[in-house]
Amino acid sequence: MDFAFMQEAFLRLISGVPLTLNLAFTSIAFGAIFAMLLALMRMSNLKVFDWPAQAYVFVFRGTPLLVQIFLIYYGLGQFRPTLDALGLWGFFREPYWCAVLALTMNTAAYGSEIIRGGLQSVPHHQVEAARACGMSGFLLFRRITFPIAVRQALPAYGSEVILMVKATSLASVITMMEVTGLAAKMISQTFRAIEVFIVAGAIYLVLNFLITRIIMAIEWWLSPHLRRPPAIEPRLEAAHV
Amino acid sequence: MSNGVASLSSQTVPAVSVANLRKSFGSLEVLKGISLKANEGDVISILGASGSGKSTMLRCINMLEVPDGGDVTIGGETIKLKQSRKGMMPADQRQVDRIRSRVAMVFQSFNLWSHMTILENVIEAPVHVQKRPKAECIAEAEELLAKVGIVDKRNQYPSHLSGGQQQRAAIARALAMRPDVMLFDEPTSALDPELVGEVLRVMRSLAEEGRTMLVVTHEMGFARDVSNRVVFLHKGLVEEEGPPAEVFGAPKSERFKQFISSHR
Amino acid sequence: MQQLSYFELIGFGPNGWGWALLTAAGMTIAVATCGFLAGSVVGTFVAWGKIGGNTPVRWLADGYTTVLRGIPDLLVIYLFYFGGSAALGAIGSLFGAEGFIGVPAFITGAMAIGIISGAYQAEVFRGAYQVVSRGELEAARSVGMHRWLMFRRIIAPQVLRYAIPGLGNTWQLVLKESALISVTGLVELLRQSQVAAGSTRRPFDFYITAAILYLLITWVSTYLFQRAETHSMRGMRRAS
Repeated sequence: MDFAFMQEAFLRLISGVPLTLNLAFTSIAFGAIFAMLLALMRMSNLKVFDWPAQAYVFVFRGTPLLVQIFLIYYGLGQFRPTLDALGLWGFFREPYWCAVLALTMNTAAYGSEIIRGGLQSVPHHQVEAARACGMSGFLLFRRITFPIAVRQALPAYGSEVILMVKATSLASVITMMEVTGLAAKMISQTFRAIEVFIVAGAIYLVLNFLITRIIMAIEWWLSPHLRRPPAIEPRLEAAHV
Repeated sequence: MSNGVASLSSQTVPAVSVANLRKSFGSLEVLKGISLKANEGDVISILGASGSGKSTMLRCINMLEVPDGGDVTIGGETIKLKQSRKGMMPADQRQVDRIRSRVAMVFQSFNLWSHMTILENVIEAPVHVQKRPKAECIAEAEELLAKVGIVDKRNQYPSHLSGGQQQRAAIARALAMRPDVMLFDEPTSALDPELVGEVLRVMRSLAEEGRTMLVVTHEMGFARDVSNRVVFLHKGLVEEEGPPAEVFGAPKSERFKQFISSHR
Repeated sequence: MQQLSYFELIGFGPNGWGWALLTAAGMTIAVATCGFLAGSVVGTFVAWGKIGGNTPVRWLADGYTTVLRGIPDLLVIYLFYFGGSAALGAIGSLFGAEGFIGVPAFITGAMAIGIISGAYQAEVFRGAYQVVSRGELEAARSVGMHRWLMFRRIIAPQVLRYAIPGLGNTWQLVLKESALISVTGLVELLRQSQVAAGSTRRPFDFYITAAILYLLITWVSTYLFQRAETHSMRGMRRAS
């Protein structure tokens, strides 16, 4: 094992981390909003909303992300005159925005199922209790349903975040030089696949470990009711002994 | 006591003999040196409070638990044990497998294989362990299922049967191996009271055929009326032993007296 | 030159790419199936290590599943593609061969998928094993079954049926992963679409067709796995 080479690889690959995280978090942020919308459509009990949302989820979960990326980045080029006329070509010409769009639409499909599961797990009697207090509509959703659902959905959404960090690697196929893109370039230049793989893999593992920790912290912070009750405050005199 | 004659006829080699059996789990000593002999045709009821070691002793006989010390001898063949880093181990797994196929066990929780029909459960060991011809095994299995009264359930899965039916199927599965000895580990304890009778009836008919049976049970009626010997264990030792008329009629041990009075 | 309509383009006529796409879809299914089966073998051994291994074996198995599920699949595919060629080159140079030796893309692809999906399948198998009743295993021991017979007759059939839903999910994953093999040049569905898109300058038409074919494969396999699940669960639940 050539440690000097691995150090060089590390320094080169670490420069891709900002782009990896940028792609992941931008698409997760937009994707979560979109996912919320899809989940509400699915739970609206109105076929006009439910069916399109269902079809959307089916299509985006049933096709490879790479196909979705190619469809947006290369495929839409076929309609360049139209997009030009609409002033959208500037957006679709950029691999960054195409990658973000594909990742966003993809995570929205998976995320909507997670959120829907969370919303469905809210106990009916808690909603009833809120209604009995005179809550309804958006207030009920904002104060009772949504907070409970978020706590339920958080662990699954945490795994989705990890999956998205992994998925950003596909952006390298449309020239985005994030960690995997840099790794592929370096392997094809040096043919030292194993060393580069170890360094790149370690970077991803550390990233995912840190993200897991952060999500666990959020989970802890959001669920004080599941924590152990605080120890009884020591009596004041004890402090003076 | 229907088996007294049978046991007299073959005194030479005991069907099962256990000598000075010891077994600990961690620091807890469950068996402290138990010895027991069952001749062919004996029906021995093993009684005792929970934690007295009765199930552990039964499980040591077919090596589901490996004893820390002492000998288990089945039909004159002593199971060879060896010392390993993790305690005692059977020295010859083939010997254990061979002996197990001659010693059948009926469990408290039936333990029928849930992915097989009742008939498949019964023929599994004869066909795949004993390698007997399948057609012969099926014919025999149907006879056995008829004997325990559930031949009409042969193509159903265990989960479709009541507890009593499952336990009768498990008894048929044990009989299908043509065992020399049958071990029953609290066979009626997991059953609803109204289902206990049908299982006990089957066990009684097996005793009347002259089969060698070791039965761990809480059923005093069975111990008194069906078995020809009763063994009472207390804290890993044999506390009282003898023919039921003797031990129930005039118990020597104070603890056994208490046990009887609390298990009427 | 008049532009071909969409259906002429993807049809089976003289200018159509229909056969090429269908063949490529067959290749997708073939490489995914081989990878999935390789993953089943890997997954079985890793699950075995997790359940029955001693401490170092368990650590190794846990490390394997953690690492393979934590790094991008594309990275693993690059490792197998480039690393496999490097290894083969090294072996080749021992026998006097010179330069770069390409490993067949099908083999590296199937192996990469096998290694990745093995990590997922190991978790599926381990979860399924834990559902198998301890008492039934004890009953198997009590009738004198030795380890292999018990595995074959009692453990494997039950683990398999409990694992079917999880295996179905893994299969969907593998199917979509197979699209990544296109980066190594294997002419599967996505690669063939790329080629067709490049030569006709109609990328949207071909990528949307690829998407539809993937959906079709997913949909049919979902149906098949559901059938398998209902079939295997007969007798497992309450009487119906």
